[in-house]
Amino acid sequence: MEVFVQQLINGITLGSIYGLIAIGYTMVFGIIGMVNFAHGDVFMVSAFIALIALLLLTTWLGIGSFVIALFIVLVVAMFFTSLLNWAIERVAYRPLRGSFRLAPLISAIGMSIFLSNFVQVAQGPRVKSIPPFFNEVIVLTPASSGYEVAVSYKQIVVWLVTAALLFVFWFLVSKTALGRAQRACEQDQKMAALLGIDVDRTISITFVIAAALAAVAGTMYLMYYGVVSFADGFVPGVKAFTAAVLGGIGSLPGAVIGGLLIGLIETMWSAYFSIDYKDVAAFSILAITMIFLPQGILGRPDVEKV
Amino acid sequence: MALEASAPASRVDIIGALRQAAITALITFGLLLPLIGFNTVQNIRNEIVLETRWPLLAALVAIIAAGRFLHAILIAPWLARRAQRQRREDAVRTAPRARGARWVVPFALGFAAVYPALALSLAGTQGAVKWVDNFGVQILIYVMLGWGLNIVVGLAGLLDLGYVAFYAVGAYSYALLANSFGLSFWILLPVAGCLAAFWGILLGFPVLRLRGDYLAIVTLAFGEIIRLILINWVPVTNGYTGISSIPRPTFFGIPFNASDEGFAARFGLEFSPVYRTVFLYYLILALALVTAALTVRLRRLPIGRAWEALREDEIACRSLGINTTNTKLTAFAMGAMFAGFAGSFFAARQGFISPESFTFMESAVIVAIVVLGGMGSLLGVAIAAVIMIGGTEIMRELDFLKAVFGSDFDPTQYRMLLFGFGMVLIMVWRPRGLIATREPSTLLNASRSSRRHEEKAQSTRPSLVRGRHG
Repeated sequence: MEVFVQQLINGITLGSIYGLIAIGYTMVFGIIGMVNFAHGDVFMVSAFIALIALLLLTTWLGIGSFVIALFIVLVVAMFFTSLLNWAIERVAYRPLRGSFRLAPLISAIGMSIFLSNFVQVAQGPRVKSIPPFFNEVIVLTPASSGYEVAVSYKQIVVWLVTAALLFVFWFLVSKTALGRAQRACEQDQKMAALLGIDVDRTISITFVIAAALAAVAGTMYLMYYGVVSFADGFVPGVKAFTAAVLGGIGSLPGAVIGGLLIGLIETMWSAYFSIDYKDVAAFSILAITMIFLPQGILGRPDVEKV
Repeated sequence: MALEASAPASRVDIIGALRQAAITALITFGLLLPLIGFNTVQNIRNEIVLETRWPLLAALVAIIAAGRFLHAILIAPWLARRAQRQRREDAVRTAPRARGARWVVPFALGFAAVYPALALSLAGTQGAVKWVDNFGVQILIYVMLGWGLNIVVGLAGLLDLGYVAFYAVGAYSYALLANSFGLSFWILLPVAGCLAAFWGILLGFPVLRLRGDYLAIVTLAFGEIIRLILINWVPVTNGYTGISSIPRPTFFGIPFNASDEGFAARFGLEFSPVYRTVFLYYLILALALVTAALTVRLRRLPIGRAWEALREDEIACRSLGINTTNTKLTAFAMGAMFAGFAGSFFAARQGFISPESFTFMESAVIVAIVVLGGMGSLLGVAIAAVIMIGGTEIMRELDFLKAVFGSDFDPTQYRMLLFGFGMVLIMVWRPRGLIATREPSTLLNASRSSRRHEEKAQSTRPSLVRGRHG
């Protein structure tokens, strides 16, 4: 039981990170119908940006307060990652709109390879680790029991930041003119354009939001695990994509639910079965969902029009 | 008159180009500031510290801004002029290009046939090993993989991102069966092909209901699952350590070694490793040509036509009574079979395999070759393989770059970087690949349908290249 509760806590933390990345996949897929393969690598780049910002703040500027540092790191990472994703959309995807179906996907794969190798060349192939900090935990079980169930402050930070940003983001999509424009473009781009919505701009903003959430995930990932390397984009990217598919691609609450589920499945699998095969479990879920439940938990069934 | 018209335009252009260059410089600065401007390094106490690289950052920003400026004042107007000219000439073109292509194929085949002899005569027996092995064999493996995947991606239009899994199945089949049962390469080559095809069907069966990018992602997942199993199933596959001392192929029973029974001794030659390399070269050349020949023949068969019809329009296919599942499965199995052949060749050539050789990157490289070469075009795929694999091999040889960029400059690091960049660039520049013209495999009425083909090419090109608005 204690193991289960502990894994539940770990799983929700991991799932929050996956959920944040998954929203990027689901939004981009919703609006232009492409699998943004490079999104996992955008996430990885954002973790690097957060790493550099953190080092800059702590070692050069000497900011001691954890909360202020984290806040600034988040803002910096969100800004630069958004710029990156905006530029990627401009350079690699926009010219391909209206091209044949697989062209943007292939371009995105190229971009993914480019980004991970760019980071490898620019920052070196070694795993970067930050000095351990903020390691206090809250022990939930009484001291007498054998197994300690603990929640670390880091995990609470991950939950709070994720929840806060999800709320901001939900507000943006459901209550503002921008969100309405986005949903209009999702449904019918031509009609939206006729009604005076700048479709290109809306798509750009979608990429910017996706990147900002990926940057939050990247910062949380860096803080939670304390390490990042150039190869860290691929597997979390695929898992987050799995989450998006599992939740129903195109559905925002679905992405969050999918992310939490994938995080829980992964930690439970590692705890009760075999840690070696945890990635196999995630990839299998992807295949199984795609085959048996392609519309996901909350997604609309995909009707093919001729 | 044309001069008068263009003079004021070009003056405006320079100001516009400067502005564009300035904007590009600003954006590039923002993009590169974190990752190029700062470097994270470990110091002596193994702590992570920041270093700045302002000169590098400034140089990169300047280069990119200059490139943007030149693009705006030189390349963009040139492209516009060319597009205008092309639109006028389009009706009369296409015939000379086809005549050129007719000469390329026999020339390329002839060159491939005499390449080892050429390398031997130019580089000597010692130097030729490197040239035949690194360039010849290595490129031909990818040509063969490209042609195999071309059946799946180019003909049937199914984007398979897990192709390397079948390559791995072929390689491990050969390695395990040869090591545990002592069977020869020539028996195991078809066995490995069959096993790979079987896996193709097994993995293909559940996923083929999916469309486009979903299929791509699921094949990617399967590819990764197979690799992870190879890593974790240690009792059979030996995990990360891989399988070593895999028997090498023999020349009809004669091994390539220094013994009295060896190839060199039997034919009264001095022993040299180059004979094995040359033999392997011709072996993979033959395998690749078999793949190409089969593809050419298959395209003429009903199944080949069904593949291409499927690529163009799946719904139309289904309404014409084509069994799409079977058609896709045969394409999958056929592609997997060739990957299996290539895999067993790879295992036999290396003598050592490990899961490291079968990562997603490998799949991406093969997909890149097929896509960049022009999906469906055998010649294009071969050219792309030569450029991309040959190019990366050449990067290993470019020692003079070290003199330019300093001694710790390693050109091979940039290999995948350029690869990814090339993929994006070619997609944006020519979404249909280097060789975009596909000969229709069947003509009802030669003159009428070729005219219609041209019309179609004209009508689709703007939507492909310039379709930028929704």
